[in-house]
Amino acid sequence: MSNKLNESMSLAKPDATNMPIKQKIAIAIGFIGLFLLTLAFFNTSFPSKNLFLTLALALLFVGVIIYSRSSYLSKLEGIKNDGVWFKSISSRGFWGWILGIVLTSFYIVLYFYPKYLGLGTNGEENAGLIGFFDPLSKLLSGRPASQWFVYGTLYTVAILVFGYKFILKYRHNRYQQLRTISVMFFQLAFAFLIPEFMYVMNSDLPYYDLKSMWPLNYYIFDEWSVKGFLSSGNIGLAFLIFGIVSIFVVSPILTYKYGKRWYCSWVCGCGGLAETAGDSFRQLSSKKLSAWKIERWLIHTVLVFSVIMTTAMIYTYLGYDKNDFWLTRGLFISLVIGLLTLVFTGVILFKRHELGKDAKYGAIGFFVVIMVLLLMHFTGTTNHVFYIKGSALRSAYGLYIGSIFSGVIGTGFYPILGNRVWCRFGCPMAAILGFQQRLFSKFRITTNGGQCISCGNCSTYCEMGIDVRAYAQKGENIVRSSCVGCGICAAVCPRGVLKLENDSMDGRINPNEILLGNDVDLMDLVNKQ
Amino acid sequence: MEHIVIIGNGISGVTAARHIRKLSDKKITIVSAETEYFFSRTALMYVYMGHMKFEHTQPYENWFWKKNNINLKQGLVNQIDTEQKTLHFKGGESLNYDKLIIATGSKPNKFGWPGQDLDGVMGMYHKQDLENLEKHAPNNSICKRAVIVGGGLIGIELAEMLNSRDIPVTFLVREDSFWNGVLPQGESEMINRHIKNHHIDLRLSTNLKEIKSDENGKVKSIIIEETGEEIECNLVGLTAGVTPNIDFIKDSNIETAKGVKVNRFLETNIPDIYAIGDCAEQHEGINGRRTIEAVWYTGRMMGETVAQTICSNRLAYNPGHWFNSAKFLDIEYQTYGWVFSKPREDEAHFHWKHEDDTKCITVCYNTNTNEFLGINTFGIRMRHEIFDEWLTEKRDVEYVINHLPEANFDPEFYTKYEAEILSAFNKKLQTV
Ligand SMILES: Cc1cc2nc3c(=O)[nH]c(=O)nc-3n(C[C@H](O)[C@H](O)[C@H](O)COP(=O)(O)OP(=O)(O)OC[C@H]3O[C@@H](n4cnc5c(N)ncnc54)[C@H](O)[C@@H]3O)c2cc1C
Ligand code: SF4
Ligand code: SF4
Repeated sequence: MSNKLNESMSLAKPDATNMPIKQKIAIAIGFIGLFLLTLAFFNTSFPSKNLFLTLALALLFVGVIIYSRSSYLSKLEGIKNDGVWFKSISSRGFWGWILGIVLTSFYIVLYFYPKYLGLGTNGEENAGLIGFFDPLSKLLSGRPASQWFVYGTLYTVAILVFGYKFILKYRHNRYQQLRTISVMFFQLAFAFLIPEFMYVMNSDLPYYDLKSMWPLNYYIFDEWSVKGFLSSGNIGLAFLIFGIVSIFVVSPILTYKYGKRWYCSWVCGCGGLAETAGDSFRQLSSKKLSAWKIERWLIHTVLVFSVIMTTAMIYTYLGYDKNDFWLTRGLFISLVIGLLTLVFTGVILFKRHELGKDAKYGAIGFFVVIMVLLLMHFTGTTNHVFYIKGSALRSAYGLYIGSIFSGVIGTGFYPILGNRVWCRFGCPMAAILGFQQRLFSKFRITTNGGQCISCGNCSTYCEMGIDVRAYAQKGENIVRSSCVGCGICAAVCPRGVLKLENDSMDGRINPNEILLGNDVDLMDLVNKQ
Repeated sequence: MEHIVIIGNGISGVTAARHIRKLSDKKITIVSAETEYFFSRTALMYVYMGHMKFEHTQPYENWFWKKNNINLKQGLVNQIDTEQKTLHFKGGESLNYDKLIIATGSKPNKFGWPGQDLDGVMGMYHKQDLENLEKHAPNNSICKRAVIVGGGLIGIELAEMLNSRDIPVTFLVREDSFWNGVLPQGESEMINRHIKNHHIDLRLSTNLKEIKSDENGKVKSIIIEETGEEIECNLVGLTAGVTPNIDFIKDSNIETAKGVKVNRFLETNIPDIYAIGDCAEQHEGINGRRTIEAVWYTGRMMGETVAQTICSNRLAYNPGHWFNSAKFLDIEYQTYGWVFSKPREDEAHFHWKHEDDTKCITVCYNTNTNEFLGINTFGIRMRHEIFDEWLTEKRDVEYVINHLPEANFDPEFYTKYEAEILSAFNKKLQTV
């Protein structure tokens, strides 16, 4: 039976899916583009780097564009999930594993062995793949490429081409199209082009992707970064203030009005890649209750780690210049503790009943953080906090969370664990936004009365592994901290049961036992109990 | 402890079990011949189409049953001994009950067509049918053409399924327009066109005469009644409706007609035996409903209700306003209240169709009182809650048309059609 035909290492796909010749040609074109990049990786000397780089990228674009047009435009508008679980690439089959291994290896080399990509060290010229991108980098900012420039370019290309594919796939769905255009724009402009231009204007400014917020860009409050900003005059200071305002002011307001989706599926680059290049893998996320439990522990642990790490970092360098800056260590720690306490008491006062059992875990987490901070303050010396170097914490975070989790596992494992592994299990920013979404936001997914037929399309295609059906079949709205508001559950639902909405906070969470359509007295009796 | 046994692990049986568990700690056993765990029958099509794996159709994880102390037993009941309160299984086992809920669902209709039991002829109801389909129609080289007989909701789903694997489909529909016993003409015709746009060979006003066999007892072709045309095919899907799956009950003391006869309390003529879902037949239709309602929602509501009765809160089955939904290939359909294919006495329809031919609505109202009676909506999602409220409040049709934006349930940023609908409605009023 069809449902047994996956997770195998078999190369043969079920013969149900015969690929049209046009799609085969498209794939060939795309692969020639990739092949050129591979040649560059092996240090092939091209007659003209300019020409071949342009050619390689153009072939990638053309390949995906032809493929998408042939897949979607030849059919009527509608849901295009036919054969998803038959294709080996999207059902953890042979090609899925191969792709996973290739991506993971690429990330490992990128983060840990950039010299294999051709990065020139000690003033040498770049070679290999990185050298191949020199012309583009020089064109944009006048400096030679780095591994991050190569990565950023490929990342942006991926979001653009697969974004185009996604827009065609959902050409009947304006919500999907608009948010995809939005992530394509933010990636191209904010993450890719503007930082390059900023460098041209002022080469002292640290790399700053304006849309990326702490704690996602955990490095923004690093000493070199803050120094970089402060030493670049007003514009630097403006950026630093913008960074602080965006997390403490802008983000809470937008999340209150629209839910965390405004960021996670309209702006964020990680989300952008997941929604475009990762779209073919969304069904692979685990919907098990056990996965949800792991998720909640993991993501909140990362959040606690990132708060402590950042505080420790700032704390350490605040100590250097004794009192020539108004922000002293004592004041800083008090501010952090004050802010955390404010949030904590607010939640306990107003939202205790909504949290239920989780309130206890929240309380424990809160007190642990406070204790750790106090401990830090009273045991800290100039550059040691709790007898460890503050910078060691920072490097550990950068290595394990910033590189291995978000990159190697987060993206490398797309074809195995689904496209939002990082967003779901690791991203501290998602944890903060999610916390707010669960408690202080107008956003919810409304369930349409009794219309659900428990088919499971929504749960299957939820990239965050939310068992949407579990709510829908009870007629209960979905108010989950992890929901990124991608809207795919609502799109694939064959009965029009789900709608993403911003509405009033009252009655947002509405557990039901008896659904609309039955005896009104019975509904009253059971649901009001 | 009282032992509640439920035959059938479909939506009705499982809903009853869940609610009984919520209300009591009675011993509960669910019996099923089909699968070990509950799955969503309505989702079978998506497994064949590759949208989901079979496990995705299961609304509860496998640990759920044990955790909630609900026993599952796989086996086919072939006799109910109402005197001894015992079920007898094929294979000789037996099981005692204190209270019995019959929730055995339906089976596909077969109208005695010659060749209807050949290899390659199948209904589309049980999981086994899906396995059968996978055997006879895995792709378009093994199945060069499929013929579907019967233009209802399951027929069009089967057509969509086969279409997803590029298997050519001939779709025989007895009526002169798709499902027009239920849908008003404008809607039905729009769906005809949509089916054809999907390159499905739709044959209206066409009946099956016989199914022909090859030398191995496998289907080879079908003959059309009206024209005598022979169509070669490797698969025949019989989707001309369903009937209650109760053959094994017929010779017990339990009263049956088409289905298991029940009163408003879902009780059969034998004390402590209840019937719910597709297999239950009311003595009289409730508020314009049919006596047998083979829909998901009815099974669920009956399950919710019977659980109350069993847990000593004897409660009549008293469903609220009718609603239903379906999807015809790419076009979603929802209905609230009553819209019949032709307006009944003192009723009129207001019909609006978008020029792209994939969206339309039909509103039914009383011509004397102007009371709003129901709406069919195609390609525009609408809110169940709002219509339920309007029906209860007996709003008039002008109110409903003027307030349609409140009922809109389409995703954000979708184009809205209410203004267009309103102006069409006002124009119509002027011309009348
Ligand atoms: C393809 C398809 C699509 C559908 N789509 C929709 C839809 O979109 N909307 C809608 O409202 N409805 C839909 N329906 C109808 C809906 O699925 C049924 O109304 C509903 O499943 C009936 O539930 P039930 O619990 O009464 O019976 P069933 O789901 O049929 O469950 C009965 C169970 O009892 C078992 N059983 C029967 N006899 C015995 C026995 N003697 N011993 C042991 N076990 C036995 C059967 O094997 C079966 O597992 C669809 C049906 C099909 C087939
Ligand atoms: S619940 Fe729906 S909107 Fe939220 S993440 Fe899952 S699929 Fe996206
Ligand atoms: S909400 Fe929609 S997609 Fe999800 S189970 Fe219900 S009917 Fe299926």
